[in-house]
Amino acid sequence: MPEAGGAPVLEAAGLRKEFGDLVAVDDVSFRLAPGRSLAIVGESGSGKTTIARMIVGLERPTSGTITACGHDRSRPPRSTRDRRRRGHEVQIVFQDPYTSLDPRQTAEATIDEVLRLHHGWPAGRRRARIAELTDLVGLDSRQSRALPRSLSGGQRQRVAIARALAAEPTVLILDESVAALDVSIQAQVLNLLADIRDETHVSYILISHDLAVVRQLTDEALVLHRGKVVERGPTARVLDNPQDPYTQRLRASVPRPGWKPRRRAQPGAGKEPDAS
Amino acid sequence: MSEPAAVGALWSAGAMASAPLLEVDGLTVLLDVSGAKRAVLRDVSLTIRPGEAVGLVGESGSGKSMTARAIDRLLPRGAEVQGSILFDGSDVGALSGADLRRYRNQVAMIFQDPRAHTNPVRRIGDFMTEALCTNLGVPAAEARRRAVDMLTQVGIEDGARRLRQYPHQMSGGMLQRIMIAAALLTGPRLLLADEPTTALDVTTQAEVMAILDGLRRNFGLAMLFITHDLELAAAICDRTVVMYAGQIVEVRASALLHGDPLHPYTAALAAARPDIAQTADRLRAIPGRPLSAFEAPPAECAFAPRCAHAMDICRTAVPDLVDLDSGTSRCVRARELRGQLQETPDA
Repeated sequence: MPEAGGAPVLEAAGLRKEFGDLVAVDDVSFRLAPGRSLAIVGESGSGKTTIARMIVGLERPTSGTITACGHDRSRPPRSTRDRRRRGHEVQIVFQDPYTSLDPRQTAEATIDEVLRLHHGWPAGRRRARIAELTDLVGLDSRQSRALPRSLSGGQRQRVAIARALAAEPTVLILDESVAALDVSIQAQVLNLLADIRDETHVSYILISHDLAVVRQLTDEALVLHRGKVVERGPTARVLDNPQDPYTQRLRASVPRPGWKPRRRAQPGAGKEPDAS
Repeated sequence: MSEPAAVGALWSAGAMASAPLLEVDGLTVLLDVSGAKRAVLRDVSLTIRPGEAVGLVGESGSGKSMTARAIDRLLPRGAEVQGSILFDGSDVGALSGADLRRYRNQVAMIFQDPRAHTNPVRRIGDFMTEALCTNLGVPAAEARRRAVDMLTQVGIEDGARRLRQYPHQMSGGMLQRIMIAAALLTGPRLLLADEPTTALDVTTQAEVMAILDGLRRNFGLAMLFITHDLELAAAICDRTVVMYAGQIVEVRASALLHGDPLHPYTAALAAARPDIAQTADRLRAIPGRPLSAFEAPPAECAFAPRCAHAMDICRTAVPDLVDLDSGTSRCVRARELRGQLQETPDA
């Protein structure tokens, strides 16, 4: 868990989400301290994206509470003001840069809209801030004025990051935000995210299945398996010395020099359940 | 092959090592993009020997998938193809009708997204036995028996029940194992696997790779394994081919790829990937973005603008492939850079 000292910027307690009979998230709790980064690690069906969606208000928890910057957000906002305040607290960058941007908006217009809505600044100040933000994420002036269709995946993801930062959030959720990027671009975006954290002291929640990316970007990690937290601790400890059998299997499945894939030795490995 | 007995048969890789199974020579492919011809592959040459696993690694636009599609004759309409593809000595480009179907029974393809390559309203059984029944004339009951048998080999025990099910009733990992089983049913000699595990979870990937690798060895199949993951290719392939902007830039024994790469791009790609065992102060990102083949400059090294080792000489001509210590590199400075490309990891 994050170091003591400083009230947590985000706290989840006893979080649970049911979809019909399925328990997608089962009694998940965590605290995120200011300026720290927490990884939520898991495979498909682990509940990691459901947690992200509950934090940003796209899903409502069945039970449990989520608190950001001291404000409860387990229930839908009751006013526009409330909604905007939440936008200041937590922003999200989604996995797919091809579907998360408005195809008719340039990067500048996208960022401008957020600045207008959240800060209500005059045009001159917004222009200056747009320049700062596009510069921070490494978009040149041509790219800033281009529509998403003429940008590459990495450039679009930079736009999405700049848009999220425009609201000056305390917490930024990265939901598999570098998973769809080419290796050489992924490294650029990971370096960028580290720089942004140093400069703005934003806190990250990284939702990821990629253990190497988790190692690079986070201090703490919790490992989810079928909705439950099976292991948690400092990221380096969890990856170097995993205690839970599932974390151990996850770690052993990552290709590396000298790695040989092995069939699972358990009997009846073929009788896995149907897709749920 | 009229003899579909390759199930369980052993092809001896050693005995036939001299004659290549697949020989791609000077393959250049141009596609029609809104009226203009655009190159997607430029002068690609590679050979695969019987029973050999070759990895094909690259980022988006590198041409790796297009290479597999060209080999399986699955290029889009209007594609202009130069160069030659020989399979077992015969010209793949000249095949048509029954000959082409027979060729495709010997060269099976496995795709990244099994859901996009199965018909959602047809049962698994129909999908798996179609090629056996229509192309090879195997009776339906016998085809189903073979399908169940092959499902057992990919770790699916209740095959008879699975054959009656539809794709939506399976998880992604299960469906990909079914795709592998279906691909092996016609007794192919070459497997073209295009990112077969990219859409799967890591633990499922390990399982599917183990199955694919095991069956390939049992049946003595050759494989062209396409991936963006250098580590994965190196782990399961004998040789690895690295592509950039529609060209091959390096061919190397997989065991040597990490410790002794011959092209700056290979080294940079390996160095850019975060390391699960340690946190880097800063990742060694490659500046810029990967180029597609049609964007590559006509008369200089396509990687030069992003390369840390580029000099004036790199911008005077497209470098030739040079043979170096049983590998190949498309870098004019390959010889002098030898041993300097692999930086020691941060302590």
